[in-house]
Amino acid sequence: MSTTARKLLGVIAAVAALAVLITLYISSWATSAPKTIAATAVTAAGGGPTTHLTLQTDAAVGPQESPAHPDWVGYLVQQNGHWVRSTIYKVPANSLVHVTIYQFDGDSGLRNPFLSQVQGTNNGTVMVDGKPINHIDPEEASHTFIVPQLGVFVPLPGVPEEAKNQCEAGPCDPGTMAHRTIEFTFRTGKKGRYRWQCFVPCAAGTYFGFGGPMQTIGYMDGFIDVV
Amino acid sequence: MSAATTAAAPPAVGRPLWRRLIGFNLLTAVILGIGGYYLGWWIGHLVTEGKSFEYTKAIDENDVALLLAYFGGVIGFLVGLGFANYPVSRMLGRPASLREKEEHGIGRYFGLCTDHKVVGIQYLCGIGLFFFVGGLNAMLIRTELLHSNPTFVGPNQYLSLVGEHGTMMMGMMTSGILGPFANYFVPIMIGARRMAFPRIEALTFWLLMAAGFILTSTIFFGGFPTGWTGYEPLNDQAVMGMDSYIMFFALVGLSMTLLGLNMLATIITMRAPGLTWSRLPIFVWAVFATSVLMVLAAPMLIATLLMAAFDRTIGTSFFVPGGGGSSYLFQNLFWFFGHPEVYILALPGFGIVLELLPVFTRKPLWGYRLAISGMLGVSLLSFFVWQHHLFVSGINADLRPFYMLSTEIISVPTGFIFLCVMGTLWKARTSFSVPMLFCIAWAFNFLIGGLSGVFLSDTPSDTDTHGSFFVMAHFHYTIMGGLIFTFFAAIYYWVPKMFGLNFNEKLAKAHFWLMFVSFNSTFLPLFALGIQGMPRRVSFYEPKFHTLNVWVSVSAFVLGVSMLIFLFNVVYSLIFVRERAVQNPWRSKSLEWQVATPVPVNNFEQIPVFDSDPYDYGTPVALAGGVGKPQVTGAGAGGG
Amino acid sequence: MSSEGVPARPPATPGEPNHLRRFGTIWIVATLIALPLVIFLLGPELPPGHGSEQASAHVTDNIVLLAMATPVLLLVVIYLVYSTIAFRQPRGGVLEGPAVRGHAGLQTAWIVITSSAVLALAAYGTVRLLADNGAGSGSGPKPLTVPKGPKLPVQVIAQQWAFTYRYPSYGGVETTHLELPVNQMVELHVTSLDVIHSFWAYQLGVKADANPAVDNVAFVKPTKIQTFEVHCAELCGIWHGGMFDHGHVVSGADFQRWIREQQVKFAPATKVLPKYSKTYAPEPTRRGE
Repeated sequence: MSTTARKLLGVIAAVAALAVLITLYISSWATSAPKTIAATAVTAAGGGPTTHLTLQTDAAVGPQESPAHPDWVGYLVQQNGHWVRSTIYKVPANSLVHVTIYQFDGDSGLRNPFLSQVQGTNNGTVMVDGKPINHIDPEEASHTFIVPQLGVFVPLPGVPEEAKNQCEAGPCDPGTMAHRTIEFTFRTGKKGRYRWQCFVPCAAGTYFGFGGPMQTIGYMDGFIDVV
Repeated sequence: MSAATTAAAPPAVGRPLWRRLIGFNLLTAVILGIGGYYLGWWIGHLVTEGKSFEYTKAIDENDVALLLAYFGGVIGFLVGLGFANYPVSRMLGRPASLREKEEHGIGRYFGLCTDHKVVGIQYLCGIGLFFFVGGLNAMLIRTELLHSNPTFVGPNQYLSLVGEHGTMMMGMMTSGILGPFANYFVPIMIGARRMAFPRIEALTFWLLMAAGFILTSTIFFGGFPTGWTGYEPLNDQAVMGMDSYIMFFALVGLSMTLLGLNMLATIITMRAPGLTWSRLPIFVWAVFATSVLMVLAAPMLIATLLMAAFDRTIGTSFFVPGGGGSSYLFQNLFWFFGHPEVYILALPGFGIVLELLPVFTRKPLWGYRLAISGMLGVSLLSFFVWQHHLFVSGINADLRPFYMLSTEIISVPTGFIFLCVMGTLWKARTSFSVPMLFCIAWAFNFLIGGLSGVFLSDTPSDTDTHGSFFVMAHFHYTIMGGLIFTFFAAIYYWVPKMFGLNFNEKLAKAHFWLMFVSFNSTFLPLFALGIQGMPRRVSFYEPKFHTLNVWVSVSAFVLGVSMLIFLFNVVYSLIFVRERAVQNPWRSKSLEWQVATPVPVNNFEQIPVFDSDPYDYGTPVALAGGVGKPQVTGAGAGGG
Repeated sequence: MSSEGVPARPPATPGEPNHLRRFGTIWIVATLIALPLVIFLLGPELPPGHGSEQASAHVTDNIVLLAMATPVLLLVVIYLVYSTIAFRQPRGGVLEGPAVRGHAGLQTAWIVITSSAVLALAAYGTVRLLADNGAGSGSGPKPLTVPKGPKLPVQVIAQQWAFTYRYPSYGGVETTHLELPVNQMVELHVTSLDVIHSFWAYQLGVKADANPAVDNVAFVKPTKIQTFEVHCAELCGIWHGGMFDHGHVVSGADFQRWIREQQVKFAPATKVLPKYSKTYAPEPTRRGE
């Protein structure tokens, strides 16, 4: 083989190595996702299987949960007593899911006030700080937990601005910091992957409040995997 | 016909390696590029300290910094390559160095070189690399679509892959034929020794490489959700990865404008004596028509992206209704570039097919003037059809009959090309070499693409197909079937001249047949998916579409395998076997095949004189004569 | 390797079949076979079906276009196949073809025929578009033609990432699903609260972009009681693909019953809705506000 050919071969080998690296990097980036968190099973007081999900919403998820975007708004989920940043939840099919959300964020108001009404939960109500309600003031909405294909629409009222002990960065402690507690139960249907999202323009600094965390899995969007 | 080789000066030997690494070369370019990047990043953060940029803190993102960083990186990269040397030395009153062209050895392929033949090969390899990245994205997209729900890749990553695939192909491949083949062969075909602006020619290539790298880097910044169209206001909302798209397309636009200008100047001013407009090879005419489009359309893209960048960084509202802008504005501006853009992709393909047919049919080109008017007609009309992309958008609904008419009229000049192809094939003596197979495949693919376009140009019918997989299948037939097939035809046809080496024909035929069959098996079912109601750019679809999607995905993987066969052939034939090509293996009468292989640095010892077009096949040999008139007799024996 | 001594083939060698007649016959026969198949067998099966007057009209249009395209498709494909079979270079041969550079009559005829076909198509499309009041497409805030008779106005509100529907003639009630009465002309007002979406009711043959601050009107008259698919047809962000839903076309009485149910069910939400308007501009309208 001539010198030129050997050089060429070297170049091609380098390019091939580069191509393999690019392939691996793009593939691993494309398939990366927050880990799926299974809802904890609770012993049902009669009736079908029941699971429990405990979530919190933070105005900023904090550097511990998201080094790249500590100031992004997001949901955290409780797993084995620890808060982790994930929005992919696994729940059993045809069962009741009981959800507790600790709301640490202030209000932003809904773009479409229609979504301030509760739909698709048991009794059509949610418990806000222990009181059952079926709609909230759209201006007070801080986030929503909405699974369109399951028909679950839950608006989450925000923490008043004047409240003391506001949580600056996640994970927030429900024991000491100002929050509102929202509890509701919904029934899952058949197996499948259902998307859920927030409908409140809560991504500060982006157009219409709907960029960044509102369009990234692991913050304000996720999946309910019904298995 | 003696375009003698000038004796190659021996490469400078004896200089130690470390000494050769210092200077204006790719290594310096990369170092300065990285330096420029961080400088821009730092300035960007400095600038955004002010109160009016408060939002950058809330979103942990800084579009100003990233755009400036990209800008600084590109400038540093170009300076490192040596693009500033000439203007700086002229400004200082020093004699300009012409060193760029005189370098020898393989090193010149990795730096600024003003030899149009080097640039052509640089383009071929560089574009090939990014074609690979774009194809890889397509493979990942099809893997995801094996499932009816987002499973394999996340929904944002899916959109980013779609966007990167589309943008890479639409941006990079605009130069897919003009970059490698026009740069290499237009000067030779018109009897010139170089392009009109050799440094600009090199600049277009390196701009494109910087752009491709920037687009690939989008995944470091979260990707972008808009697809290749970059529609506003979604564009404004997107994370920093969107800036990669903006910078990429702006650089591609700049590269296209310069490439087009250079081609126009070369073709208009540098033709050899006797090469009148009516003797110009048809490929040169296609390059001419394409260049007109590039020069007129691409600046529009740069301006549009500048407005988008202002919206994203300093809070202007060109495209947001809340500040007095309009989401329609971007659509109009974008498609005013975007529709000519798809003809920028299609026209060089016409040129390749019409150029190659006479060689393989042993007949003159049938309807030479009709073909020229067809190509010029397409390029003229393509500026009057853009609103057919907005048929259901609600803007100017009263004007839809006009855009329906203009869009349908553009099929008339396209029909000219088909008539010329058919006329040339009639009673021909066709030999089915690999380039010819790709040309025939072009005719079939482009026919399907064109006829499906009729459904999209008809407003009532477009109501069903707009934004569906039908559109996607349509433009893959015209662009992949039209451009990529002719791109491969050109590779198989001209590489024996460019590299002086032959491809393995068995592997080449395997590549063709696998590619042709799997291409159709991939994209024909997409028409069916589209008319049954599957939208584009989704990673969710109804379970009833599952079987067909799996079929398409498997076909797409086979299509990917056919590309690997091609890659294998490149490595096997051009590096291991290295079978010397004869000077004129196709017995072509075109000028580029009459010069020696490899083509000497200055192409011709004496500028040739033309007295006919290069298509006098089928005529008795005795008619040939004159310097510029290539002789067919014994041409094949002179190779070496 | 040389064409020396091999003179150009004369245009017609004795014994050579009449290719033009042969090819013409094949093409005409193929067209005569294919056209009825396309029109009568494939045609009625063409999407989007007969869910509405507009959809039925699209089926007719698609049949017409397909009937125009079929002869062209056959012409070129048969030509390619015929010429690759009939006009081959013998293996290893170096024969030259006839040096024909064009045919003025044929070229003129081609231009005339293709131009007239194209003009006819454009005229047909225009007539169908106007006669059918936009043919189910989004026709802007002030459509050029408006169907006569009573129309049920329905507003489609697109946002990231859901469609909701508002019925101004029923107290401005907003719902999560679209339900339409059969055989009733519906006037859809499509708008967006944020980025560009596109409302696509597949079985009804309706597609209209939803732009922020724009009222895009489309007319549709459902003719069949059925469930139809609703998709978003313009890339709008992460859940673009998930923005799908099912709507229903029901009888007039069922519709009345359903809309009254919705009025009761969504009474709390209806109270807090903004006054019905052609477009909405909710806060924030810009970045960082």
